Amino acid sequence: MAEPLVKKDDDRDDEDYSPFLGIEKGAVLQEARVFNDPQLDARRCSQVITKLLYLLNQGETFTKVEATEVFFAVTKLFQSKDTGLRRMVYLMIKELSPSADEVIIVTSSLMKDMNSKTDMYRANAIRVLCRITDGTLLTQIERYLKQAIVDKNPVVASAALVSGIHLLQTNPEIVKRWSNEVQEAVQSRAALVQFHALALLHQIRQNDRLAVSKLVTSLTRGSVRSPLAQCLLIRYTSQVIRESSMNMQTGDRPFFDFLEACLRHKAEMVIFEAARAITELSGVTSRELTPAITVLQLFLSSSKPVLRFAAVRTLNKVAMTHPLAVTNCNIDMESLISDQNRSIATLAITTLLKTGNESSVDRLMKQITNFMSDIADEFKIVVVEAIRSLCLKFPLKYRSLMNFLSSILREEGGFDYKKAIVDSIVILIRDIPEAKESGLFHLCEFIEDCEFTYLSTQILHFLGNEGPKTSDPSKYIRYIYNRVILENATVRASAVSTLAKFGAFVDSLKPRIFVLLRRCLYDSDDEVRDRATLYLNMIGGDGLVGETDKDVKEFLFGSLDVPLVNLETSLRNYESSEEPFDISTVPKEVKSQPHAEKKAPGKKPTGLGAPTTGPTSAVDSYEKLLLSIPEFAGFGELFKSSAPVELTEAETEYAVNVVKHIYDGHVVFQYNCTNTIPEQLLENVTVFVDASEAEEFSEVASKPLRTLPYDSPGQSFVAFEKPEGVPAVGKFSNLLKFIVKEVDPATGEADEEGVEDEYQLEDLEVVAADYMLKVGVSNFKNAWDNMGADCERVDEYGLGVRESLAEAVSAAINILGMQTCEGTDVVPSNARSHTCLLSGVFIGNVKVLARISFGIDGPKQVAMKLAVRSEDQAVSDAIHEIVANG
Amino acid sequence: MGHEYKDYSKESCPSVKNILLLDSEGKRVAVKYFSDDWPTHSAKLAFEKSVFAKTLKTNARSEVEITMFDGYVVVYKFVHDLHFFVTAGDDENELILASVLQGFCDAVGLLLRNDVEKRTALENLDLILLCIDEIVDGGIILETDANTIAGKVAANAVDGAVPFSEQTITQALATAREHLARSLLK
Repeated sequence: MAEPLVKKDDDRDDEDYSPFLGIEKGAVLQEARVFNDPQLDARRCSQVITKLLYLLNQGETFTKVEATEVFFAVTKLFQSKDTGLRRMVYLMIKELSPSADEVIIVTSSLMKDMNSKTDMYRANAIRVLCRITDGTLLTQIERYLKQAIVDKNPVVASAALVSGIHLLQTNPEIVKRWSNEVQEAVQSRAALVQFHALALLHQIRQNDRLAVSKLVTSLTRGSVRSPLAQCLLIRYTSQVIRESSMNMQTGDRPFFDFLEACLRHKAEMVIFEAARAITELSGVTSRELTPAITVLQLFLSSSKPVLRFAAVRTLNKVAMTHPLAVTNCNIDMESLISDQNRSIATLAITTLLKTGNESSVDRLMKQITNFMSDIADEFKIVVVEAIRSLCLKFPLKYRSLMNFLSSILREEGGFDYKKAIVDSIVILIRDIPEAKESGLFHLCEFIEDCEFTYLSTQILHFLGNEGPKTSDPSKYIRYIYNRVILENATVRASAVSTLAKFGAFVDSLKPRIFVLLRRCLYDSDDEVRDRATLYLNMIGGDGLVGETDKDVKEFLFGSLDVPLVNLETSLRNYESSEEPFDISTVPKEVKSQPHAEKKAPGKKPTGLGAPTTGPTSAVDSYEKLLLSIPEFAGFGELFKSSAPVELTEAETEYAVNVVKHIYDGHVVFQYNCTNTIPEQLLENVTVFVDASEAEEFSEVASKPLRTLPYDSPGQSFVAFEKPEGVPAVGKFSNLLKFIVKEVDPATGEADEEGVEDEYQLEDLEVVAADYMLKVGVSNFKNAWDNMGADCERVDEYGLGVRESLAEAVSAAINILGMQTCEGTDVVPSNARSHTCLLSGVFIGNVKVLARISFGIDGPKQVAMKLAVRSEDQAVSDAIHEIVANG
Repeated sequence: MGHEYKDYSKESCPSVKNILLLDSEGKRVAVKYFSDDWPTHSAKLAFEKSVFAKTLKTNARSEVEITMFDGYVVVYKFVHDLHFFVTAGDDENELILASVLQGFCDAVGLLLRNDVEKRTALENLDLILLCIDEIVDGGIILETDANTIAGKVAANAVDGAVPFSEQTITQALATAREHLARSLLK
């Protein structure tokens, strides 16, 4: 705009001068009245719109009424022929995101512009209309959009194509009809039209693998002009490669030649996209990697920071899987340690740490020490993690690396950084026995001056576990007792527990620890006093809980064998009475939990923030419910309740799901019914179960639901007897029977007379997994060795052709219904074999462990070897039975 | 495999999460967000504050600079008292982002006739907003060539007579020729 919005002659010296100085919403809204003038002043109107946009941009909001008023006023401006003003009108309408009924007001104006002779009008009107429109209007303008896609003017074509990409999210069926036009646009000579057309065409076809493959085949042969379109093509090609298998005879990868040719493209973005794609190929060979690494190495010494960053970031990733392939770049990488851009320097350092060899460790550490002082905490954490893995790789170098960690631990830093260092030291202590004493000592020093309660308590806990096992436990006592004197209540309480551990496990220290614990009896905090009292009484000799010393230690310091959440729910449900709370009634089953760690692949929950706990279980509430029904009271202890299984489609008249409750000699089906029809009241609701395909089951009781009003769920039950302790399976068909009464919606009163009716539900199966509780073990190898091979059974099975190894593994886990241990449910993408560790409790409370080794060959034939150990040979056999029949 | 597929399709088209133009104190001159990652005004301001603080001490005057934090890649460039930023997810091709940023900076330079500073930018805020509108539409890159962008914006200027670089004129001629061809073909 040529003319400033406010006079500026005398404000020249003012640094803070702004044309919007002192701007105020109310005043601008007043000014917007000029939009209604019969003689429109285009320039003035433009200025007012700019002011409105400025306000919105600064975060000012308009009320609903204000927005509507502005919108209607702005629509008047379509009368003006001024192109600049029209452009501002478009922008304003997009910012206001009008409601459906407001959209109608501008639709005809915008449609007129869409067919205007001015290309700029057409392109912008398309973008605005598609942005604000809904599905119904879209069918009216579809014809114009199709024409626009193949328009001669690249701006118009791009506007229609980009709008198509957005509309595909909301109206896929309409946009899919434009395939022919989009395909034509892919051949456009205009670079960006080609890019937008290719993006849209791929999105239209993305669920059709064959079509995508064809698209890639034809385009990789032809000439794609635009670098952006070429980048897209590289992405689609990688996708096709990912989904097709390698040619087994020649070991050739389809389309690899295309990717390699792109490394010689003239646009840097294409070269980089191709190099990155090659490094990310699953199971990439070093022969395939070499050309990609070579171009990335050239980028490392570029004068452009963006290029250096992109290259070093990619090489950093490659170093995780193929460290040797990156070593050639080490010299270029070392010069990047002093890069002005700290992100680049950090990536270079961590890459070097991953690829470095034993002899270069000391030199690297020297360079890093200088570098650490001037980078941000988040970069420091990355470096700490890299040093940790380096140390695990070269345990002999632990001394210099541990010294480095302890020196940075003493320096300033935030919680996350300190935690990363402490975690690393803890891991080194665990994995490198020689590092233990010095590591513990560094941690002791650290808690002397640690401002983070969380870290102090975690370290104290760790000291309590590891300290007593060292050669001279007494030297830690001073550090721990100092915490009792100097710290807040939380830290004091955990210091008391740590002291008690030393007392319990080191006999020679016991008398001295007792003196210290007795002093804690006068602490100002009750938790600290309680702990001291408990420990003094328990370890002091006349124990109440266990007879032997071992029992006492197990009681005080042993791990809880129930998930904490389950304990919490049980305690909540416990009503104080004569009966004391019994921990053995707490269910041990770990409810399956969503993968919280998925976000950080490859990051194992190591260090102090050890295992996670599952979410609350519904088992307790089921148990209560079932106990309240006299018919089921004699069934004994509830072994397991399944997750609800839907027996109706979503949004049907009656919604029914079922929970399978498993007892030793019985099964109870709990049908949860919901009536979704306001005009109906159901009475005497029963489920008629046909168990003819479940021979071992016979119905013993059925508990109908007396009434089922609208939208107020109720339960009906059916109980079956089955052979005791046997994992009987079968299929049940279900028919919902009831009396339906009409309800007057006005009064809510039901008719006297009802009609009998029935409703077919889906079938239900009781499967072997229903007899298995998911119970994890913390250390599978120990558990496996302790179980012994007495009741072991090993067998091999062929699984036929499977989609992938991962699919076969998850199928086997599902059939057995056991808990996967140590993250072995995750199969690396290019693995040819995989071992899965499972644990569970089988009906009859028999602990079961299973180790399954899978292998996959070229034509995707999967074989598995299943080794089962349990406390009972019959159970081991039963597990094999499940697999053999599954 | 099903859901995995969908994820890749999302990544497959390069996308921009925001374009920011801040002043030398981190205050907004013009911003545009194309993502729900920052749902509220205060979330947006917090992001701008942290991106400004993290890049403030760097020298991004001669070359486009880059940083990565909180799962985003940000490319940026400073001209006088103006700080230009383009943000994307951390999986995005850095060089594509740099081309968007370069297009933005250079187009602003053309539109402000090389007088790239806060005061001029605010005086011509309409041009800046139109410029952003011509670069990215709903996160998808529309155009990265500075001359084309500036040409499209300038064609809309109120007086319609703002002269631009020679290239723009050639382009204007090219479009004119295409107009002619179109009407002849009809």
